[in-house]
Amino acid sequence: MDLILEGILEAFRLLFTLDREVLGITLLSLQVSGAATGISLVFGMSVGTAVALTEFPGKRFVISLINTGMGLPPVVVGLFVSIFLWRNGPFGFMEILYTPGAIVIAQAIIATPIVMGITLAAIQHLPKNLRLQILALGATRLQMVWMLMKEAKLPLLAAVMAGFGGVISEVGASIMVGGNIKGYTRVLTTATVMETGKGNFDIAIALGIILLLLAFVINSLLTAIQQQQRPR
Amino acid sequence: MNRDAAILEIRDLEVRRGGVQVLEIPEFGVREGEVLSLIGPNGAGKSTLLLVLACLLPRRRGTLSFRGAAVEAGNGLMGYRRRIAMVFQEPLLFDGTVEANVAAGLKLRGTNRDVMERTVGDCMERFGIGHLKGRHARKLSGGEAQRTSLARAFAIEPEIIFLDEPFSSLDPPTREGLMEDLQRILRDTKTTAVMATHDRIEALRLSDRMAVMKDGGIVQIGVPEDIMNRPKDEFVASFVGVETALSGEIVGTGAGTVTVQVPGGKVTSVGIGRVGDRVVCCIRPEQVTLSTGSPTGGASARNVFPCRIVKVAPLGLFYKVLLDCGFPITAFVTAASVEDLTLREGCAISASFKATAVHLIRK
Repeated sequence: MDLILEGILEAFRLLFTLDREVLGITLLSLQVSGAATGISLVFGMSVGTAVALTEFPGKRFVISLINTGMGLPPVVVGLFVSIFLWRNGPFGFMEILYTPGAIVIAQAIIATPIVMGITLAAIQHLPKNLRLQILALGATRLQMVWMLMKEAKLPLLAAVMAGFGGVISEVGASIMVGGNIKGYTRVLTTATVMETGKGNFDIAIALGIILLLLAFVINSLLTAIQQQQRPR
Repeated sequence: MNRDAAILEIRDLEVRRGGVQVLEIPEFGVREGEVLSLIGPNGAGKSTLLLVLACLLPRRRGTLSFRGAAVEAGNGLMGYRRRIAMVFQEPLLFDGTVEANVAAGLKLRGTNRDVMERTVGDCMERFGIGHLKGRHARKLSGGEAQRTSLARAFAIEPEIIFLDEPFSSLDPPTREGLMEDLQRILRDTKTTAVMATHDRIEALRLSDRMAVMKDGGIVQIGVPEDIMNRPKDEFVASFVGVETALSGEIVGTGAGTVTVQVPGGKVTSVGIGRVGDRVVCCIRPEQVTLSTGSPTGGASARNVFPCRIVKVAPLGLFYKVLLDCGFPITAFVTAASVEDLTLREGCAISASFKATAVHLIRK
């Protein structure tokens, strides 16, 4: 119990004293996971919507693939991103392995199927004739897609939360492609793993609490926006 | 302007869904200002035809033209869709206020804000939902939601409106009120309308013409009186409420009349035919009169039969009386008549109907 209590006290000390290293790690975590979530929203929402609205042979198989992708193990993603970005790999010329950019790529790959799957389900869950009703009102195809996304905004906000939640908390891919380099690619999760390995449980607990707080604040914000949209 | 000229026409239409043919219509037209009802049982193709007319469903074959111009995929399609409106069975309202919903079509067209506010206000008043303008669409009752959906469609001032069973999910009083309002608005705005329904009473009240559909085709099209009194075949007859259809053979002809031998008796009908022709005699239940007097006693009707009551069933405002006159026949009578004539199962009574009440379908 003392260990946990010390960890909590250390967390508050690190937070209130604005420890430079912890602040840097927290900001980098936010930047990396925020960028990855942003990229996943662009790809995930557009592909998810397109798959939901288009009929084509093998659609069920594609949906199964997307749903499987929602559970992509971060270490597998980390492994393949490492191979692709390795000096001799297909994208080795970019020289971005062990940079924040590599973490963004890996995290975006993890979050995209999550956003895509939830978007697909959200659009498919709308009434069957709503798309026809919008077209019958004189909408262009682009207007129709925009209106459908507006109608599905509550589950789409859930997609944002799930995507962000998935990447802010993952550690496997970040440590593999980022390398946990102090002051450069160290994020909250990789730092927590490292401190635990060193036996510095108080700092590890403190970092864990900061991570939880961060996830809580971001999700509370998104939840507030989501619930504001509900009719009263 | 030629009021009989079709403003919307389809020719040689074939539609397939999932590899199965669901519509095949050689020719069909909608006239300016008319209300045309598509009636038929579930699966007849009414909703599919509406979707094709609104260009929301692709055609495998056939042409669609509006005011003489062919409607094809591309920019022309968008131009056509902005001149029509469609209302579905479900209100399909958007997540927003009633006002925002009614304005949706105008907003898509980039309509000027002042014009939009005025038009939306007018439409909401017309459909009696002005007091609900700020209410969220998800908080509306079924009737209010369908009124909002109709107001949204009329707000864009369509040249033609397609209505897909717009009253079917409403309770009877709500349906009655909305039907009256829609009838008035269609008349006031002179909007051309095509409405799918399986309720023939609804179709009779609102329509200038009716088209009876079966298995993806149009079996008969015409003014309601023709469809109701002169159905083309037994399917149409049964669908428009002809309760008695007796198969028989013409055994005699007279001055504009024929006598048909049906199993258990002879029926006289106005019409022309040759002895030996096979026909079906259709008699609407409201054309059959019941009396307790002598079977031949004084009635001007040419067809008078002694019969026995098989069943008396309440049917809202009327009673349905099933009779056995040697052949089965059905009559509708008022509750007062049931009391006055003491109509009970097993009672003997006489049934009569005029020769003009019989419609002959040739086989």
